[in-house]
Amino acid sequence: MAIKRFVVGNYDDEAVLFPAVKKVRMAGYKMHDVFTPMPIHGLDVAMGLRDTSLHTAGFIYGITGTATALSGIGYALVYDWPLNFGGKPHFALPAWIPIIFELTVLFSAVGMVLTFCYLCQMAPFVRKHHFNLRSTDDQFTMVIECTDKTNIEGVQEFLKSTGAFDVHVQDAETGWWLGTYSKNIPSVDNAKTILV
Amino acid sequence: MSAFRYESQVRPPLVTGDKTYHQITVDIVRPIENRPSRLWWIGFLTAVLLLCFGIFSVTRQVIYGVGQWNLNKTVGWGWDITNFVWWVGIGHAGTLISAILLLFRQGWRTGVNRAAEAMTIFAVMCAGQFPIWHMGRVWMFFFILPYPNTRGPVWPNFNSPLLWDVFAISTYFTVSLLFWYCGLLPDLATVRDRARLKWRKFFYGMASFGWSGSTKHWQRHEALSLVLAGLATPLVLSVHTIVSFDFATSVVPGWHTTIFPPYFVAGAVFSGFAMVQSLLVISRKVLGLEDYITIEHIDVMNKIILLTGSIVGVAYLTELFIAWYGQNPYEFFAFFQNRANILSPLGWSYYIMMGCNVLSPQIFWFRKFRRNIVLTFFMSVIINIGMWFERFVIIVTSIYREYLPSGWSTYYSPSIWEVGFYLGTFGLFFTCYFLFSKFFPVIAVAEIKHILKRSGENYKEKMGPEEKESVEAFAHEFEHAH
Repeated sequence: MAIKRFVVGNYDDEAVLFPAVKKVRMAGYKMHDVFTPMPIHGLDVAMGLRDTSLHTAGFIYGITGTATALSGIGYALVYDWPLNFGGKPHFALPAWIPIIFELTVLFSAVGMVLTFCYLCQMAPFVRKHHFNLRSTDDQFTMVIECTDKTNIEGVQEFLKSTGAFDVHVQDAETGWWLGTYSKNIPSVDNAKTILV
Repeated sequence: MSAFRYESQVRPPLVTGDKTYHQITVDIVRPIENRPSRLWWIGFLTAVLLLCFGIFSVTRQVIYGVGQWNLNKTVGWGWDITNFVWWVGIGHAGTLISAILLLFRQGWRTGVNRAAEAMTIFAVMCAGQFPIWHMGRVWMFFFILPYPNTRGPVWPNFNSPLLWDVFAISTYFTVSLLFWYCGLLPDLATVRDRARLKWRKFFYGMASFGWSGSTKHWQRHEALSLVLAGLATPLVLSVHTIVSFDFATSVVPGWHTTIFPPYFVAGAVFSGFAMVQSLLVISRKVLGLEDYITIEHIDVMNKIILLTGSIVGVAYLTELFIAWYGQNPYEFFAFFQNRANILSPLGWSYYIMMGCNVLSPQIFWFRKFRRNIVLTFFMSVIINIGMWFERFVIIVTSIYREYLPSGWSTYYSPSIWEVGFYLGTFGLFFTCYFLFSKFFPVIAVAEIKHILKRSGENYKEKMGPEEKESVEAFAHEFEHAH
């Protein structure tokens, strides 16, 4: 990843943030992301994010679990070592349903959580740049990505006009890196912070 | 969909006091950032002592064998399996609150779900100890797992409810843990970003996986929570159903009944909610969280206790009726001699069960009693004693006098090491719970913030113009503009 320049606008209420997101999109600025302390329903739609496909992944993991259980038990009890349990058929499907169900749920849950962590690039000892530490507490942070052609002062003025109580510029690493949060990072300390 | 859902004025607020988002963070994170109180240390050390006694009891049992317990040829399942079923049952309330109430869109769950889910995980950990150590040669426990081995290979019996149990409990534990931890991620990030001390930055930074609060991540997080809730709902019903199959698929009179699955699930939720009440009535007071776990929450949970307690009561009476109506002499003997006859050797336990589980919760028909905190705590303990006796009645009074009188064993009482093992699981449970309440947010911070604007006392006013506006309309407008 690379270090890029961003205009950061902080809002103190989602009721101000919503119209601001709409105005920024209408004006055509490139929105990097919006960081919020809690889920805000509809914000993804307002930002124009497509719906997640995590459900589909969960379904695929689920049927993988079903197939694993069915084939595994079938292999063990019918093909590999058919044992006689009280004269019942070797292929005793009704008695297998509990384990088939449990493995379906297990595969689906574990698979979805791992996929979630992969998509969001989250793991222990993963470190990212956080634009505003209060955005996990009570502030809402909108981040606009700048290019060579961006009029940075103009963007800052625009965010001010949408109701941001604090607007500044940060240079930040966009990806993740291995590290702990107990160490200071040079890119944050050296980031140029220009307040309007 | 409007951005914020409107909630009726008739509903009482779920967050009391004049709260802002920042105030919520400060209130809930306070116990983590402050030094633990003296009360915490006393409770924690007591729990650790109990745990040590439990470890000592189990160690003796591993060295000398299951003979350390007073089990005999007839009563092969005594306290041990009773405790197992009791602990598994307690776990069920947490999943009910976090999963089923999420699907039902119950706002009040946000105040209690985190602690209840933690309770689920710790309770399942305690439950798992009993069947494992009951094996005797515990170092061979892996024989129950299906893996290619050099003994044939010999596979476990996949048609056996005892093996279903292995899969059900381990799946339940894994899924509950994942669900709980995914919910914790944003809150751990909140603690991380507030941290001043180096070890806190390190620990919460590692534990929060680098959560940033990005809208895309929140969107995936919501989808994940919803699907995990959808998976956990049938899972939680299946777990106690499968535990009940351990009994119901046998031919022991008193166990061989088709009513067991729904009856066990209702009983599990019943005892679980009682344990949630016990823990939260104390936690809200000690941690100063009365604004988030309000009297409304306690009231609602008491209603669920009343409902599930009454379902359990109907199940008890149905069993008795069918034992009479079915005209099977062995079944009749199990119910009317071993249990309902108060003069029989263990008849007293049946009446403790009936009194604690069916009669005493009926006081919750009265609003005044539902909202009395001292009474709620007292009742929650009574109910858990009653539910322990339910499992004792099912297990011991069914097998101590079965078909053959020559095999009867008229009296069974536990040895000190059996009791010690049980106390040890209390130690394990409370050690975990005390650590949890010190190092993790006991209430889901982000979820409380999510409901603040529609259920908070200071916000429950009216919908503003912003809430009435639809984001879908904006998305449509945007597509046409560009």
